[in-house]
Parts: sequence; C-alpha cells; structure tokens
Amino acid sequence: MRKIAIYGKGGIGKSTTTQNTVAGLAEVGKKVKIVGCDPKADSTRLLLGGMAQKTVLDTLRLEGEDIDIDDIVRVGYGGVRCVESGGPEPGVGCAGRGIITSINLLEQLGAWDEKYQIDYTFYDVLGDVVCGGFAMPIREGKAEEIYIVVSGEMMAMYAANNICKGVKKYAEAGVVRLGGLICNSRKVDNEREMIEELAKRLGTKMIYFIPRDNMVQKAEINRKTVIEFEPAHQQANEYRALAKAIDENELFVIPTPLPMEELEELLIDFGLAS
Amino acid sequence: MEKKKESGKGLSGPIALREEILKKYPRKVAKKRARSVIVNDPEAVPEILANVRTVPGIITQRGCTYAGCKGVVLGPTRDIVNITHGPIGCGFYSWLTRRNQTKPAEGEENFMTYSFSTDMQEENIVFGGETRLKNAIREAYENFKPAAISIFSTCPVGLIGDDIHAIAREMKKELGINIFGFSCEGYRGVSQSAGHHIANNGIFTHVVGTDDKERLGKFQVNLLGEYNIGGDAFEIERLFEEVGLTLISTFSGNSTVKSFAASHTADLNMVMCYRSINYIAEMMEEKYGIPWVKVNFIGADATAKSLRKIAEYFGDKKLSAKVEEVIAREFGKVEKVIAELKPKLEGKLAMMFVGGSRAHHYQELFKEIGVNTVSAGYEFAHRDDYEGRDVLPSIKIDADTRNIENLNVTKDEKRYRSDLAKKKEGLEKAGYQFKNYGGMMADMPKNSLVIDDINHWETEKLIEYYKPDVFCAGIKEKYVVQKYGIPLKQLHSYDYGGPYAAFEGAINFFREMERMLNTRIWKLVDAPWKNEPEIVGSITIEN
Repeated sequence: MRKIAIYGKGGIGKSTTTQNTVAGLAEVGKKVKIVGCDPKADSTRLLLGGMAQKTVLDTLRLEGEDIDIDDIVRVGYGGVRCVESGGPEPGVGCAGRGIITSINLLEQLGAWDEKYQIDYTFYDVLGDVVCGGFAMPIREGKAEEIYIVVSGEMMAMYAANNICKGVKKYAEAGVVRLGGLICNSRKVDNEREMIEELAKRLGTKMIYFIPRDNMVQKAEINRKTVIEFEPAHQQANEYRALAKAIDENELFVIPTPLPMEELEELLIDFGLAS
Repeated sequence: MEKKKESGKGLSGPIALREEILKKYPRKVAKKRARSVIVNDPEAVPEILANVRTVPGIITQRGCTYAGCKGVVLGPTRDIVNITHGPIGCGFYSWLTRRNQTKPAEGEENFMTYSFSTDMQEENIVFGGETRLKNAIREAYENFKPAAISIFSTCPVGLIGDDIHAIAREMKKELGINIFGFSCEGYRGVSQSAGHHIANNGIFTHVVGTDDKERLGKFQVNLLGEYNIGGDAFEIERLFEEVGLTLISTFSGNSTVKSFAASHTADLNMVMCYRSINYIAEMMEEKYGIPWVKVNFIGADATAKSLRKIAEYFGDKKLSAKVEEVIAREFGKVEKVIAELKPKLEGKLAMMFVGGSRAHHYQELFKEIGVNTVSAGYEFAHRDDYEGRDVLPSIKIDADTRNIENLNVTKDEKRYRSDLAKKKEGLEKAGYQFKNYGGMMADMPKNSLVIDDINHWETEKLIEYYKPDVFCAGIKEKYVVQKYGIPLKQLHSYDYGGPYAAFEGAINFFREMERMLNTRIWKLVDAPWKNEPEIVGSITIEN
C-alpha cells in the first residue's frame, strides 16, 4: 500500500486536487482510502456527492470508544473509502490533538485491514504544518510520500518551503519522503518554470502542472469531481495524468529547504524576468 | 565524634567547596550557578541570582505555578470550592499535601476534605473543555452551595485556550455566588512563586473589599502569609486573642473566603511569609491605606519582637501591658526548656533549603537552642527575600516577570483610611519601620553558604563537606538525605509534627529537635552498598 499525504498553503486547492486525483486512480481500478485531516471536514465532499459524513471525532464524542469502523467510513465514487477526522469548531480546543486521536483510533479499529486490500491511502491535511498534530500524518511512518500543492504565488511557495522543513525533520528520523510538487496553476507569469526551478532546488521535481480551468469550480458546485461530472473534458484528462504520474513516481527524496534569501531571489529572478 | 573540619576532604572553607561544586558543571551552567551559590557577608550583602528558570536536567526542588496558586495560597481556605480544570493528577496531587489545618465553627462548611477536578479527557482537549467546566461548577453548586467557587487552569487548558474567566463571569451570573478563575498554568512562571502572585491578584480583584463589615474590635489586624501548617495559625490566634487583637482574616491558614471579603476593614496587615503574599499587602495599602509590617512568629524571641511591634503600632498602653505580661509568662516556660535542652544541642549544625521565608525564619528558632545554620537557601524566592527590600529597584524585570500581570491599583476614595496613613507618617518619623524586610543574608553569619534553587548535586556536596546534624527541606529531598545517615526535617509539611509557631510551638520544636538530633538510629545501620559496594550484572544479547 502506498501512503500519501497532501500538504500545501491554505486555499491552494489541496482537497480539490486530492479528490480529483483519487478519482483518477479509482477510475483505473485502484482501491483508495482518503482521510481528511481538517476540522472543516471537507476533504471527501466531492467523492461522496456532498453527502454529510459523520466525522471520527464527533462519533467518538457522541458514542464513546465503542465505535464500529462502518460508522465512520463511507464509500464514495469508484469505491473510495472516505473518512473525515473532523475537529472542534473554530477557536476552541485543539485540532492538532484531534488529528492524532483520530488517526490512532482508525488504526485501532482496523481501517487498514487486509480485507480491504487498499492500494492507496491519501491524507489531506489542513494548511501548513503549524504544530505537532498537523505533522501526525508524516510521523511514525503513517504517510510515506508527501506531495505539496503549490502555485507561482509567493506565499504558496513560502508555505511549500516551510512544509519541506517539517518533512525533512521527520524524513531524517523515519521513512517519510517528498514525492514532488503539484503545481495548481494560478496563471502567474513564468509559473511552470518557476515551480520547476523551486522543485529542483528542493531536490525534487514538479510532478505535474494542472492548468487553471473553470470546469473545476463547475464540478465542485455540483458536488462532484471533474472526472465524474464531465469525464470527457480536458481537465478530467489533466487529473488522470496527475494520477498516473503519482502512480508511476519513483523519485522520493529528503527535501533540502531553501534559506529565505534564496527563495526570495528565486521569486525576483522569475518574477522580474517577465 | 568526627571533627567537622576534617570531613571537608581537605577543603579549607566554603570558597573551596563552592569551587568544587561549580567545577562539575558545563561552562555555561557553571556561570549561571556561580551567581546563585554565594559566600555570605552580612556586612556587605552580595548580589544573588534568584527567580530565574532552572537549567533543564538539574534536579530542582521547585514546584509549578499551579501548585503555588491552588496548593499554597487558595488551598487552605475551607468555605470555597476550588475546582481544578484539567486532567485528574494536578487536582489530586495538590490536595491537602501541605497539612494545612482548619477549624470550622459549629455548622460551618469545610470543603478542604474534598478534591474537585473537571477530570479532563482527551475529548475535552480536542473540542475544548468549557462545557465540562460549566457542568462541574453547576454540579459543585448543587451539591455544596458554597460561598464561592474558584477555577484553576492547568497546563493543557492554557494550550487549548479555554476561557475560564468568561465562564466564571457567566456562572457567577447564573448561580449568584462569587465565582472567579486563575490562569495559573504550571508553565507560566519560574516556580510556584508566579502562582502566589496570580493568586494574590485574583483574591484582591474578586474578593477583598466585597463585605464592609462593622468593626468587631479595637485593634483589627490581618495575618498574611501564614498557612496553618501543623496548626501554627492556631498558636498565633490564641496569642492574639489573649492580648486583645481582633484577627479579621488570615491569608490563608484556617481561613474563610468570607473573612477575605472583609479583610479591608483591618487597621494593620502583618506579613509573615513575605514572598507569597507581599503583593496583597502592597495593594491593600494603595487602595485602602492599610499599612503593613513584616512579622515572624517562628522562634520565641521573634514572636516577642513581633508582638511588641504590633503593640507599638497601636500605641495603646493597655495593649502593650498585656503583650508584656504574656511575653513574660511565656518566656518563662520557653527558657526552662531551653535550659534543659540547649546543652544537648549546642554547637550542632543545621542547613535548610526551603520556601521563600522558612529558610530564614527557622534559623532564628535554631539559634535560640544553640544550633548553627551553616548553609541555607530558598526554593522559589526572589532577590529581595535574600538581600532585603532595598534591592527592589535594581531587580531586573525579565520576560518571566512580565508574564504575570501587575495590577494597576488606585486609591478607593470612599474607603481609604486616611487616619491610618497619617498614623503611619507619624510613626515613621519616630523611627518605626513599615514594609521592613531586610532579607535572609543580613541575618546569616559571614562565610555561610547561601544557595538559591539548590539541586541534588549541590546537596550531596554540602552534606559531604559539612556533615550537618540536621537537614531541613521537603519530601523530595528527605530520603536522599537520610540515606547519608542525616535526619531530615520537612519544613513544608513538618512531617507529622507541629505546631512550631509562637511560644508553645518553639517548645514543641526544641523537644522534637532534641529527639531527632540525639537519636543514634542513623549510626546503627549502614546502607547495604557500604558493605557490598558493587552491583553485579550481566548482559545477554538476544539474536
């Protein structure tokens, strides 16, 4: 089983990209599990057709420790097994601790049991690696491959570099490796070249460049992935290609995060070059 | 008997001992500890580094901020329900461990025998513990109908950000009793001292001055920083009653939250443990004009001095005469015991590392019976406890100090006691000293070793060098020291003894010291490793 975590700056399109990619893998017969690690619990919406899902932590809270795995796993598009960690409402409690609790509970309940014959697990993680809780999926070998969703916007690149620092820390002590950058285009000038260069300096590669297309929004409004909503559309092919690139990826590295000055230089070089 | 000097491994004095202690440390640690291990000179008191974070890895005596707030200051008040908001350990291990005694009047409540905690679970950490806390408050109110409820934050509460103060306000409105919270998370300060300050601020803001009680007596006083360990406060209360002083409130031995509420009606604040309670004394003076003086009721001489100081403040002939009468009578008893026991104890050596005032106060008691204190230090004190209040302006305000709120107190125009302020002015002109704390070092002999925040390495070196006859500290040090064949007297909890305050207490202490220091038990048994010093072990490597 391949265990993958998707990170990236908040609002960059992690959940959309993850779900569309997962749809692409499911379409070719892969058995996928997706674990949403965001208190907003919106990581599985497109795969479940907007179906409201009981989160792990809510179930834990309402029903106690005596939980059945089927209470918290919903099967969505293409047989994808969907789980949402959930978490506290904004401004209270500790979402990071929630993720730790939730993943531990899933393991206890046998969510990865042999009988499911899972090929892929995707962890879709909220925003930046702000604390130990959000690093949970990359600790203790839970996820072994990290993909960072990024765009040519400065703050997205800062975040990607920062996430690499977290990955490096846990990579040196464990099995987790960086699998590559996914560029979710914002139509920034020189975007492809800039992200390719950033990837190179981080010691990895840009695994795919997803062009911007309104079809993504359209599908989202209809609570579907592009692959399900408009299978013949070009954007669906882009996600299929990303899925394939991940499936065939063999470059797994310990990243080499950039010093701030170098990152800024990169931005200036490519930004001003236009 | 072994001669003390010869046991010093050839070291000639505390200067060489100090060097040897410091030599063991890494360079940076040595530099820091060097400023906290000081060879004393009472004539020109040297500066000591105190109230700074302990170097990680060092086995310290210190406790946490929560312990200082909940355990020390609020713990001994019987009619308040103290709810610890956190996992169960904090509440349980701060429950009655200090042997604070209390004596409820007929029909009066005593909640000290209960330990209240919200018993936070992982779920409360993730989703926040506010609802659980509210329910706990409601439940406590339903069951006990207390005069007041207070809430104490533990570490995880600070991390997840439960707003205990908002909940306190909400519950106060809902239940109609006084409810208030303390943000005293364990990590907030350098030691328990930060917790004392937070407790002082909270009581002053939420309780003091909420009951303008009619006068009960001619000479109304508060006793601050007396926690009634082993019944100390009972001894002092008896004395006050006999000489005609009306004790409005004690902070906080044998106390009630109702008495705190009326404490602003006192004419004088007497500060016993300066470190833990000086903040409230200062704030009460600013707001209500009540002057404060430092007192000490540990030791017969000290007790007599303190009583005279109070009598002098009130300037009442009848009161003074009564004070003198009591002193004369009690001194007769004490002197008889001293005459009997001093020959058996004279010349023995003591060292004490405890508290923020006890290490100072108990030196007086030992002195009366001829026992010399060769080394002493505090666990959580600040520089003024060592060097006296004169150094206050030169104390560096660091980030840890700023972390604790300093209340901005203003004069209460309606209730400010101008008469007391005027009285103070007059007395000061005549040489009477208010706010007088000269610190421990000025009262200790030249070349005695003063150590702040002592650790186990330093303790062991001191014992090897001085071979003291008694070591005074707390439960964490007790058995390590006793394994050296040296009796340890706990000055936090008094072991199972007490009271030691005032005249009867002094007699009690002298008798106990005679028993403890003259028993042969420590020499009768050798530790097993002295005869068979080696532990034999083997390693099996499994393939």
